Amino acid sequence: MGKKILMKGNEAVAEAAIRAGCKYFFGYPITPQNEIPEYMSRELPKRGGVYLQAEAEFAAANMLYGAAGSGVRVMTSSSSPGISLMAEGISYMIGAQLPCVIVNMVRGGPGLGNIAPAQSDYMQAVKGMCHGDVHLIVLAPSSVQEAVDLMYDAFDMADLYRNPVLLLGDGMIGQMMEPVEFKESTNKNLPPKTWATTGTRNSPDGKRRIINSLSIEPEDLENLNIEIQKKYKTIVEKEIRYEEYKMSKDLDIIFASYGTTSRIVKYVIKKLEEEGIKAGLIRPITLWPFPEKIFENWAENSKAKFFLTVEMSAGQMIEDVKLSINGKKPVYFYGRTGGMVPEPKEIIDYAKSLLKK
Amino acid sequence: MGKIVYEKSKGLTDVPLHYCPGCLHGVIHKLVAETLVELNVLDRAIGVAPVGCAVFAYKYFNCDMHEAAHGRAPAVATGIKRAVPDSVVFTYQGDGDLASIGTGDIVHVAHRGEKITTIFVNNAIYGMTGGQMAPTTLPGQKTTTSPYGRDPAHCGFPYRVSEMLATIPSTAFIARVAVYDIAHLTKAKAAIKKAFQMQIEGKGFSLVEVLSTCPTNWGLTPVESLKWLKENMEPYYPLGIYKDVSSNEGGN
Repeated sequence: MGKKILMKGNEAVAEAAIRAGCKYFFGYPITPQNEIPEYMSRELPKRGGVYLQAEAEFAAANMLYGAAGSGVRVMTSSSSPGISLMAEGISYMIGAQLPCVIVNMVRGGPGLGNIAPAQSDYMQAVKGMCHGDVHLIVLAPSSVQEAVDLMYDAFDMADLYRNPVLLLGDGMIGQMMEPVEFKESTNKNLPPKTWATTGTRNSPDGKRRIINSLSIEPEDLENLNIEIQKKYKTIVEKEIRYEEYKMSKDLDIIFASYGTTSRIVKYVIKKLEEEGIKAGLIRPITLWPFPEKIFENWAENSKAKFFLTVEMSAGQMIEDVKLSINGKKPVYFYGRTGGMVPEPKEIIDYAKSLLKK
Repeated sequence: MGKIVYEKSKGLTDVPLHYCPGCLHGVIHKLVAETLVELNVLDRAIGVAPVGCAVFAYKYFNCDMHEAAHGRAPAVATGIKRAVPDSVVFTYQGDGDLASIGTGDIVHVAHRGEKITTIFVNNAIYGMTGGQMAPTTLPGQKTTTSPYGRDPAHCGFPYRVSEMLATIPSTAFIARVAVYDIAHLTKAKAAIKKAFQMQIEGKGFSLVEVLSTCPTNWGLTPVESLKWLKENMEPYYPLGIYKDVSSNEGGN
């Protein structure tokens, strides 16, 4: 580990990506993530890489598609409306089974929304990003340090599973400054990219390569889907990550929260404790695959009266919490939208009002 | 044993082409494939296929290939060329793909001066989807979505891609050619070769627009189609070299 330095989330994410071996960045300016492309445009040319500003987010996604197909470590970053524009290209990369890393520093929506932090793209990230039976691996950091650490894993997971990985932050993670340490690249033993198009003269077997998501025969396309779903099953088995905070069997309340909001919830739990109310938190780190089992286990093995999901949205992750718990406990929701960050007092008051029910 | 006087280009695979009878895609594929072989770059060529009639081009060109989304071939080619700078990258696109949904992509790939080559096949109609109006459809031309003939007062005039792109400083070579007889085939081949040479020499973006036919959706026989192209398309889309940075005569 290196020494601790104070860095803005966006810049730290960019530095982590370069240290993780990312050599290519294609992107388009949008607030609140501009420090990522700015950092990349400054650093990549000095460190043997290429930064290129695309004319639009959809072009950036397709530049990723080209570069990823040629076997290099490549990424882009954007914020909510820009990610919507990238969706088509992301589906092609999933179909062609290509690795890449995408960062979404989420802002308030819908439409042009605003530039304040939000978690209103959860559904887009984990369910409806783009057409087809698709998933991205979705990683949700709750601190700048965690965002940094997850960037290394994001590139490794993308290469290992040949699937795009999405780092889902928000305007808060991107804009705040925190002390961070950068670890050395994990340098995992990953399979060689023998499928990449680099010209037949570079091909290990001399044969040509085709990067493609088109299978005109239904039987062929179904086979591709079966292959992709098999891969997703492995990801569900191996890659689920979460944090349990002050969890025990005799709690009154179990909170569910991720990213920036989970930090507020941790403070709420300490405050409730002072008043003699016992609460814990399950914080998913992978939003897909979702830690279903851990929610199910705690629903079955806890005395908690209910689960309370807290999000900066109108209620999105709560659907996965409910599906996981499957009716075994009541699940309530508290959220703010439009870039409003919930105050601890609002959450505390709501939690206490539920206890009185 | 007899002497081989003609054989299929090594730049093409043995997969049978799916194109309609009388379609000129096969001829244009051949010119591109021969060029890659003659320039000795087939083993470092990476092609990008479009969405449109040439969607299966990745099956036919005997080199590394990517299949792009509709209109996005220049963006995909940009990613490839930046990742593998010593490769020879080309896109092969029709007029719906390049001149409609991909207008922004082609303008910006030209504007950045990407060292890639685009083969732009213009037949003034959407072929694969069944003959709808394209941005390149001529005034008065009937298609399935301009059944009374294209009315410029309603949906504008067709625009000229080569003339427009030639105004962009970072373009190295822009030409419009036809392939309906031997004399024009020879000129078309020379233009395609020049376009690839410009890329190999790092001069900038190059594009060859090839006027083509669509007997199926024009509702004409292959021979009638060639005549229609000469009489109707060529006056609106004049043949010629619109930009050539290697020549003092060719600039605009």
